[in-house]
Amino acid sequence: MNDIDDLVAAASAAITAAADLSALDHLRVHYLGKKGHITALLKQLGALAPELRPAAGQAINDAKQTVSTALDARRGVLDDEHLEHRLNAERIDVTLPGRGTAPGGAHPISRVIERIEAIFRHAGFDVAHGPEVEDDYHNFEALNIPAHHPARAMHDTFYLTDGRLLRTHTSPVQIRVLEHSSPPVRIIAPGRVYRCDYDQTHSPMFHQVEGLFIDERVSMADLKGTLDAFLKEFFGREDLKIRYRPSYFPFTEPSMEVDIKLESQHGISHWLEVMGCGMVHPNVLTNVGVDPERYSGFAFGLGVERLAMLRHGISDLRLFFENDIQFLRQFA
Amino acid sequence: MKISERWLREWTDPGDDVEAIAETLTLGGLEVDAVNPAGPRLDGVVVGAIQAVTPHHDADHLRVCTVFDGSASYQVVCGAPNARASLKTAFARPGAVLADGQTIAHSRIRGVDSHGMLCSSAELGLSDDAAGIIELPVNARVGLALTELLELDDTVLEVNLTPNRGDCFSVIGVARDLAALRGLAMKAPVFAAVPAQSDRRVQIEIADTSACPTYAGRVITGIDPAAVTPLWMRERLRRAGVRSIHPVVDITHYVMLELGQPMHAFDLDKLSAPIVVRGAHADERIVLLDDRDLQLAAGSLVITDQSGPIALAGIMGGAATAVSSNTRNIFFESAFFEPVRLAGVARRCHLQTDASQRFERGVDPTQQSRAIERATRLLLDICGGVPGPCELTQADAASVRNPIRIALRPAAVGRLLGFEVEPVRMAEILRGLELAVDSTGPIWQVSVPAFRFDLTMEADLIEEVARVVGYAAIPLRLPLAASRPAATLPGPHTAGTVRSALSARGYFEAITYSFIDPALAQMFAPDQASVPLANPISQEMSVLRRSLWPGLVAVARHNLNRQTEGVRLFELGMVFQNDANGFVQFDRIAGLRCGTVAGQHWAEPARETDFYDIKQDVEALLRTLGKVDATLVPGRQEALHPGQCALITVDGVVIGSVGAVHPAVARAIGISKPLFLFEISSGDTDDHGAAQFQPISKFPAVRRDLAVVVADAVAAADCLAVARDAAGPLLRDLQLFDVYRGQGIDSGKKSLALGLIFQALSSTLTDDEVDQAVKRVTVLLRERVGGTLRE
Repeated sequence: MNDIDDLVAAASAAITAAADLSALDHLRVHYLGKKGHITALLKQLGALAPELRPAAGQAINDAKQTVSTALDARRGVLDDEHLEHRLNAERIDVTLPGRGTAPGGAHPISRVIERIEAIFRHAGFDVAHGPEVEDDYHNFEALNIPAHHPARAMHDTFYLTDGRLLRTHTSPVQIRVLEHSSPPVRIIAPGRVYRCDYDQTHSPMFHQVEGLFIDERVSMADLKGTLDAFLKEFFGREDLKIRYRPSYFPFTEPSMEVDIKLESQHGISHWLEVMGCGMVHPNVLTNVGVDPERYSGFAFGLGVERLAMLRHGISDLRLFFENDIQFLRQFA
Repeated sequence: MKISERWLREWTDPGDDVEAIAETLTLGGLEVDAVNPAGPRLDGVVVGAIQAVTPHHDADHLRVCTVFDGSASYQVVCGAPNARASLKTAFARPGAVLADGQTIAHSRIRGVDSHGMLCSSAELGLSDDAAGIIELPVNARVGLALTELLELDDTVLEVNLTPNRGDCFSVIGVARDLAALRGLAMKAPVFAAVPAQSDRRVQIEIADTSACPTYAGRVITGIDPAAVTPLWMRERLRRAGVRSIHPVVDITHYVMLELGQPMHAFDLDKLSAPIVVRGAHADERIVLLDDRDLQLAAGSLVITDQSGPIALAGIMGGAATAVSSNTRNIFFESAFFEPVRLAGVARRCHLQTDASQRFERGVDPTQQSRAIERATRLLLDICGGVPGPCELTQADAASVRNPIRIALRPAAVGRLLGFEVEPVRMAEILRGLELAVDSTGPIWQVSVPAFRFDLTMEADLIEEVARVVGYAAIPLRLPLAASRPAATLPGPHTAGTVRSALSARGYFEAITYSFIDPALAQMFAPDQASVPLANPISQEMSVLRRSLWPGLVAVARHNLNRQTEGVRLFELGMVFQNDANGFVQFDRIAGLRCGTVAGQHWAEPARETDFYDIKQDVEALLRTLGKVDATLVPGRQEALHPGQCALITVDGVVIGSVGAVHPAVARAIGISKPLFLFEISSGDTDDHGAAQFQPISKFPAVRRDLAVVVADAVAAADCLAVARDAAGPLLRDLQLFDVYRGQGIDSGKKSLALGLIFQALSSTLTDDEVDQAVKRVTVLLRERVGGTLRE
């Protein structure tokens, strides 16, 4: 039996000394393989007297178990060491720049329009679009602005040579929508509009969002409530100061303008006009075949550039159409 | 319109400060843009009397004046030619501050001490007249502060009038609205009629009574040609932004500012009566007061005498009959012209005058004689003269404006405003606005005064009630409406999705003008005409874009010039074309790529963008747009490189193109780097509905690679199509993973490496099945595209 103890001691020493997995594999074969030393002892078992066999068998099996456990333990240690090595070798600088294309982004005007759309969609408004080259009827006549109306002076209109024009506002979409649908109507219409005016504070092309809500018994209180909720949501400020004052648009009566007060960087604040709106003029309803005795409604129009400038702190209108990537990147 | 606070208070004085008045007006619909001081402070500038003037010993153009300021005398050196003894003028004592902030100090001018300064109008900031020192009225009290004498403790309100409120284009008009908004009574001054002292008159004939229903006129003879406009009137004109020209002209302007009635004064001696008000004949001309020689449009309303047109009615007088410094006898005109007959005329002639602005919006048709009387009184006081009778020529009653009566249902007010206004309050508001209200029945009858041109229907009256009550009084309420699941879901192919898809691929959205330079348009479409604007702002913005490319390319150039390395841009917008099928406008999506693929990277070699980069972007975009059936085929597109251009087609219809910009076009634009563009007509988006599931195989796939040698001219897509066709239904995927030219391949040929991946849905493929398919592929490649397997 001393042989077995010696064998196990020698095996344990060799296993502990094994430097790598291949040495360990070699040892496993050497002791436990088909021709291994411990396997050989088992084969000699048959030569013993029957009464001695169980004790000897037990001893050999114990030895086998001990060596096998030692092998597994050593394998575990070597695996851990190997992994540790590998992890060390594979260490990289994760602060180096990543690879591939950096994302671009939507234009700040589009982002503001999408924000406005999202707010109004939530209130059940659909988004409508219309042509940018319009006819006189949809841009003016149907909106209660006849040929010689002084309000036409407010619209410096671009004309095509055939008498058509570039829409001066998104209000003609009101008419086009009402020509093809009947109340109740809830739409907003974002888009490009054009005025023949170009200086530091005027662009010959800019964006408006038109809104229209027609139903039975719609009142100015509904208009005020809607715009109040919109502006507070848009600017993300429940305490936004909002002022409504009488104004004039041929296609609304009564008409009003909406001013807001924002604190400037220098603490000075004054009223800024952000929207025009009013109750849809009975003549406009009549023009599109809606009975003004049964239905009433409100319409509003807002300048997207103005809202974008206020929201993002942009001071020069011309930046929007210069499309400098250093500018565009800031809103992505 | 600019209006002096003091003048306004003469008519309605609410008693509180000007900011409160401005707020009332703004919240009542007369927006006050600004409240500015009427003039500089002029501390230390007083009325001084020149007691003596002696020559300066060392300068011919300078004089030495002795000036008395009420308590002491000062020696002042002055260069003004009009400095003379007994003149009262503005004296800036030492220490005084002038309009430009200059402080007056004791000084020595060419050896003579000067204690203070005598001031011109310009130095006082009252006008640009610097020709001499200001001449103050002889009765001005010496020593009185100039700000007090000129009532400079005044402000000027800048009122931004909406076009419907012509009635407020005057002091009386603003005062009237202010009184109504505050519930005050007007302090309207009474202008007594001036009795005639002669029977001189000018015969008036109105040929077009619908355009001119009322014409008041008056002759005044023997005025003093040496008279000057008094300082107080010049000051009021200045504060209204009107230049002083001649006392007679100044008086007509003054009355216009005060009462809103534009007037004109003719030099009577240059008139050949009778005066006829009529439409112009086709060939008539007039030289206007501003010396402009105008060809009159037939039918334009003109005032004529025997010589022809002498004034463009309601807009501007003629030069031939203008008053001058020699004028002794005048004829005042105060007429009413119908707004619709003048509307647009002034704008078409580029002649927007104070008069035309008022007539276009509507002046009070009942005030013509009152204005004449007011002007006569002022004229007699300032210039003297003998008035003839004030004569009112009026067309028959039929063409005179009838007062408008409007039916008002009190309940409609609350319905439209969303809150109730007491009927008593409503009637009080309307009467405050000088409307006559008969509130005896359930439907009220409201009569509109002649000066209100904007009140024609019930809604107009409701607005009047609302603006006097104040819009702030209207409650906030969220409307109740039928809640309906979306009728139009924002589809998968909306602008927002396109923006997200392209942004994710590194593109920035640009927004460029819809009108562009025709030269640029020409470069992109040499054979097609762009739609021009009739009235462009400039040549560079004079035609509508047919394509989004010119705008994007200009933006790319801007950014490249600013050292941007890689540029990726897209735009969504309308294009406009006038072709064989007529005028069309539709939405397009366009993109541009140029420069390096992805800035300098520490682990990647820098690489310049090529066609295949943008092709991948386009294919991704087409998927986003739901155009699963789109294919790219070689083709030609204007402005693109003929060898690097593909047309995007769906079912054989071209919906767009992608390619490199033609080098000649790039050179003309001034971009040296290769530039790649795509454009898609997004209007044709196909909505295939929800994607339908295809079963996924659980069995292993088998891959076979083939290297096929074909002629260079054979398109890869054709080879792939043949392979796909030949491989049959077992082919799951087909990859082209290499293109090789060079050693081992004959020149004029190329080797394409194809990876064929086979997989069956219901079984594991056998070698035999795969071999059969590969064999079909090799055979068909040989037959259809001349392909041979590479050795």
